[in-house]
Amino acid sequence: MSVLLRVRDLKTYFVTEHGKGTARAVDDVSFDLYPGETLGIVGESGCGKTVTSLSILRLVPEPPGHILPGSLIEFEGRNLLALSAPELRAVRGNQIAMIFQEPMTSLNPVFTVGDQIAEAAIIHQHLSRRAARVRAIEMLRLVGIPDPDERVDDYPHQLSGGMRQRVMIAMALICHPKVLIADEPTTALDVTIQAQILELLDRLQHELGMAVLLITHDLGVVAGHADRVVVMYAGRVVETATTEALFEHPTHPYTEGLLAAVPRIDAPRARLHAIPGQVPAATAWPPGCRFHPRCPYAWEKCVAQEPPLLETRNEAGHTARCWLVTEPERRAPKR
Amino acid sequence: MTAPGSLLVEVRDLVKHYPGERSWFGLGAPRAAVRAVDGVSFTIAPGRTLGLVGESGSGKTTVGRTMLRLQEPTSGKVLFEGNDVFGLDAARLRALRRKMQIVFQDPYSSLNPRMTVEETLREPLEIHRLNGAVSALLDEVGLDAAFAKRYPHELSGGQRQRVGIARALSVEPRFIVCDEPVSALDVSVQAQVLNLLADLQAKRRLTYLFIAHDLAVVRHIADDVAVMYLGKIVEHAPAAEIYAQPRHPYTTALLSAVPEPNPRASKQRIVLTGDMPSPAHPPPGCPFHPRCPHPKKSERCRTEPPPLRPITPGHLAACHYAEEPM
Amino acid sequence: MTLGNWFALLVALVVAAEVVRALRHRALRQERWRRFFRLRTTSWGLGILTFLVLVALAAPLLAPFDPNRQLDIVHLTNRPPSWTFLLGTDPLSRDVWSRLVYGTRVSLGIGALGALVAVALGTLVGALAGYYRRWIDAVLMRGVDVGLALPRIFVLLMAVALWDGLPFAALVVAIGLTSWFGTSRLVRAEVLSLRQRDFVVAARALGAGSSRVIVRHVLPNAAAPIIVSAALGVGNVLLLEAALSFLGIGVPPPDASWGNMIADGMPSIYTAPWSTFFPGLAISLVVMSLNGAADGVRDALDPREAP
Repeated sequence: MSVLLRVRDLKTYFVTEHGKGTARAVDDVSFDLYPGETLGIVGESGCGKTVTSLSILRLVPEPPGHILPGSLIEFEGRNLLALSAPELRAVRGNQIAMIFQEPMTSLNPVFTVGDQIAEAAIIHQHLSRRAARVRAIEMLRLVGIPDPDERVDDYPHQLSGGMRQRVMIAMALICHPKVLIADEPTTALDVTIQAQILELLDRLQHELGMAVLLITHDLGVVAGHADRVVVMYAGRVVETATTEALFEHPTHPYTEGLLAAVPRIDAPRARLHAIPGQVPAATAWPPGCRFHPRCPYAWEKCVAQEPPLLETRNEAGHTARCWLVTEPERRAPKR
Repeated sequence: MTAPGSLLVEVRDLVKHYPGERSWFGLGAPRAAVRAVDGVSFTIAPGRTLGLVGESGSGKTTVGRTMLRLQEPTSGKVLFEGNDVFGLDAARLRALRRKMQIVFQDPYSSLNPRMTVEETLREPLEIHRLNGAVSALLDEVGLDAAFAKRYPHELSGGQRQRVGIARALSVEPRFIVCDEPVSALDVSVQAQVLNLLADLQAKRRLTYLFIAHDLAVVRHIADDVAVMYLGKIVEHAPAAEIYAQPRHPYTTALLSAVPEPNPRASKQRIVLTGDMPSPAHPPPGCPFHPRCPHPKKSERCRTEPPPLRPITPGHLAACHYAEEPM
Repeated sequence: MTLGNWFALLVALVVAAEVVRALRHRALRQERWRRFFRLRTTSWGLGILTFLVLVALAAPLLAPFDPNRQLDIVHLTNRPPSWTFLLGTDPLSRDVWSRLVYGTRVSLGIGALGALVAVALGTLVGALAGYYRRWIDAVLMRGVDVGLALPRIFVLLMAVALWDGLPFAALVVAIGLTSWFGTSRLVRAEVLSLRQRDFVVAARALGAGSSRVIVRHVLPNAAAPIIVSAALGVGNVLLLEAALSFLGIGVPPPDASWGNMIADGMPSIYTAPWSTFFPGLAISLVVMSLNGAADGVRDALDPREAP
């Protein structure tokens, strides 16, 4: 299958406010997104997953941020980083759309939800106001909002958090994009509402046949909804695999630790496995493997030399940025 | 002192209504009151942890804050070591504050940004004229003594949360309300903080009210679990039992909605429809009936509020059909 | 201007620059001072304010003439600036430079006293209303609404009319007493949001009394709007004094203040603009310098402003 969105060697750096250093928020990230699939990007705060998603549509605030030359973001054969501003606008919201974590601040409080949903259709498909409104009502119905004919004239504050996130999704999907970037779409929502929204996204993806880039910190969300997973740590991709392979054979010690740290509803009450220490600052990534200060297996080589993404023996396409792939016998904890 | 096995904290029929604003410059009729907490009762024995679970708007945070009298209740009683918390005068309340503490959710707003860690930890010692060492407190929560001179903005979320815990510990309390202490933290750090709370509980014989929206987190710390919906407790049982055999359909749905980090988990997911109603206009009858997926839902649910009643010994549920759970 | 005056002026400039330089030197060692000098405008503001204070203190050394003496009402009115009359003379043949120098004493005093009263009162009322809410808030804020609705000049005129021979210092306090309403609203809004913050709740849970919570936890975090309104307040008071002088109830003549200098020079503003321009410039300079210095104080109080 041909690649829909190809990200290669993406580097997005931020100059810190007082010129005291460069935060290498995204540092050499590569992955592919295929039509119709859901690719999960998982990591904790500070790993660079959100900056990655913003970089794709060039929404990183510049300055202080900038995408370094040599990065490539190719959508249907065109490098998005080389597009002019009008060309880019024709892609944004039309072929690649995005939904955000915070549905309250992502909607403009002074316009009705109908106006906001219709806006993209007016811009990109040159619909008349009346036609766009009809489309907006259709979209509201599609995302499961009851009484869409009335809700279309509501203002964002009149809706609940879950309803607002549905409106955000309706806005993103009105032009039938080929790629939907969902950046922590359910983090701000309650568990029961989260379940509704995730189910809705699954259904819409199935109906509209789009590819979804699902950015999340929640391994549970990834397990239930992604086909393949990219695990990020400290600005780098540390592991990629199909969802099943990742959860069955987590190879990078970070993935392994993260999985063990998740509180499980099906496990008895017990101490949780914790990864010691903190994510380092983006201005001062550790030398060698960036995870080595927190890694239970690290040895001299990990301090001296950063591993590349190495092909594991589990299955084709399962890669991990860890020397353990070459020396698996070291996976006995040294503690 | 309470004898072992007796109760440390007892909450009886706690009610907190926020009166609606009056229109017409405070002269008109008030709008409907928000029933944040609507008749909540439970007890906690010394050294135990009660997990209080609910979604936003369920009233769980209000319960915690009202128990510490950080908000005045509308009615009801809270007994701590047999003392009526709401009946205390200012001096005795202050003395009680040494014994009941709180740890907050948001590590960014829970520390005064203009005070160093040392100043933050020294303040409670000053208030209660205690002799305590800041370095010992930091050590107890796993922070290096060098952190004393730092400001909150120089710390990570997990480190701030540790400082917040040290502040609560500084007055040597017996009871701590943990108000979603790990919800804002990353998974790996969340595990660190949960383990720390468990260690401190064992070491200091602490009693916790652990408030959370996440049933999975609660599973790792709580002895008993109470589930709240729209200001009421709908189910209350020992932890092992509530996870194995939930009796209220809301608990069942909550359990099934937790995303499991296992792609092969083929469990039947119950996705509730709709949103939680506004606590200003709770539905008549069972507060959960508009969203209830229980197959036996009947006219009775729409009209008659189910009481919280024992189903099996020690297992309470507020559902007319609790004997036939989903 | 005599040689001695020029020398004194030079000394004042050098001393002001040295003070700033010495403080900046300290900033190399102390975190708090480093934050204070984060912005370049802070150094300038502080330098200019220091200079003005020195001018006020050393007025007799800097002024070549008696500021109140009418030098020659026939031949020396409205003279343009020259080496003798550095900033010209006013319509009553008084030396503008000398009056400006002596006026610094009066105007800085008025500004400081008035703004101090206004900010202290505004902070107190705002903090009480915002922290205690309920009826205290309702009563205080309705009072503020009334205060904002009353024309200030009118209130001050009333005070003068009702109290014959009102000492000028009392009038300045009265200016302060009528200038705090805006500040109190700002402070109240800030306190309202701060009192909900968890660290304030935590302090209460630890048994801290209201006064400790307000003084240690709430007000330091509300410092930014308080400081800004103090800086703007000084300018406001100076302009109000000018307006009062214009109405003839400001600083009593013949003593000079920047405000009454503007008032006195107004009739000949087209023919002799210097007698109004320079006091006006002085007022602007004070306001701008205060803003620069205020930014520094704000940064110094806020550890989050990394140097």
